[in-house]
Amino acid sequence: MVRLITHNLLACHAKNCNTNNFPLQLKDVQVEQREAEFNPDFLRGFMPRIEWKALVEAAKQVGDTSLPLEQPEMLDDEFLKQLHHVLLEIHIDEGALVCPNCGHVYPIMNGIPNMLLAENEIG
Amino acid sequence: MSRPELQAPPEIYYGDVESKKYTNNTRVQQIQADMTYRALELLNLPEDEPQFLLDIGCGSGLSGEILDEAGYTWVGVDIAPSMLAEEVALEREVEGDLFLQDIGQGFGFRPGSFDGAISISVLQWLLNAETSHPTSSPPHRLTRFFTTLHSALRNPARAVFQFYPTSDDQVQLITSIAQKAGFGGGVVVDYPNSKRARKVYLCLFVGDGGAQVPRGLEGDEVEEAEEDKVKFEKRRQREVRRDRSGKRKDVKGKDWILKKKELYRRRGKEDVPRDSKYTGRKRKTIF
Repeated sequence: MVRLITHNLLACHAKNCNTNNFPLQLKDVQVEQREAEFNPDFLRGFMPRIEWKALVEAAKQVGDTSLPLEQPEMLDDEFLKQLHHVLLEIHIDEGALVCPNCGHVYPIMNGIPNMLLAENEIG
Repeated sequence: MSRPELQAPPEIYYGDVESKKYTNNTRVQQIQADMTYRALELLNLPEDEPQFLLDIGCGSGLSGEILDEAGYTWVGVDIAPSMLAEEVALEREVEGDLFLQDIGQGFGFRPGSFDGAISISVLQWLLNAETSHPTSSPPHRLTRFFTTLHSALRNPARAVFQFYPTSDDQVQLITSIAQKAGFGGGVVVDYPNSKRARKVYLCLFVGDGGAQVPRGLEGDEVEEAEEDKVKFEKRRQREVRRDRSGKRKDVKGKDWILKKKELYRRRGKEDVPRDSKYTGRKRKTIF
């Protein structure tokens, strides 16, 4: 049940892993599409918080290339629908999130990522 | 029985059996719902704007359902796998993303991710050390929790935590660490004089310096009980005080003593003697 909207906000939180810890790489993912209610106001409000490059990259990794490489200035309805689909309708059910910096693996099981750290990794 | 947080760490206490009990109990559901509505009220989010919230200790999604209903998009974290599994198993049609995460280890969310955070009956679980490792001490865990949460919230934003403190020291510890992490705000107590309805909320602000801590609800519960009573109660009480023979009853009898002792206890006076079968009893004449 991890969607790309949350993936786009998530960085590694292990000890001493402060730089280059975003975005987490997706590995061996199984995705499922589930329809969600389209809410253009929410998306417009959320746009400034999105790391565009990371989102496009992540979408590519789950097999969706509908997004433009550059963040468009104009937000027309068609674009918002695409964005809605990528952000909120693609659910990652199985797989793992891997930190690009420290290599920590956060496994995803039944759609729930396990973010627990071992004692020596706590900051 | 002692409080759940003293019996075992949350991920063990809320195992398969306990999380099922918790999720299916209608009384728990009702209380959770009430507290979630109150927490949302305290969050004071702008109306008609879709918001992105964090539900800390979302459990089996009792509060998440309400967030869905209110039209918020949310992310939930919890440390008990059984609770999260319960949510998935039941296919409660909650919309939020779930994470298995120990909040005492801190969050990894990017700065400014959320418009607000709520947490129902969670903070007291951070107050027990499970191992002797330095990162397991309550102050360290609270510090880590509040600092990472502070950065994950936008400016301005609010976070509301309902929790069950056992002592004033605990409240003090939590608020002082939250302040050090950069939060403003304070504690809101609803129905402070009622044993059952009393609820403690920690209401924290990011930025938003001029904001006042909202006032707790008062009195309602007690007033309701009084309205049920018949009028002219005072006069009736005065009459009861007189015996049938017309003599006045002993003013400082057992009832009076018990009432006074109860009053002192409520005021927090120390060394109030216990109540026993000897309370207010006459000594033997031999003495």
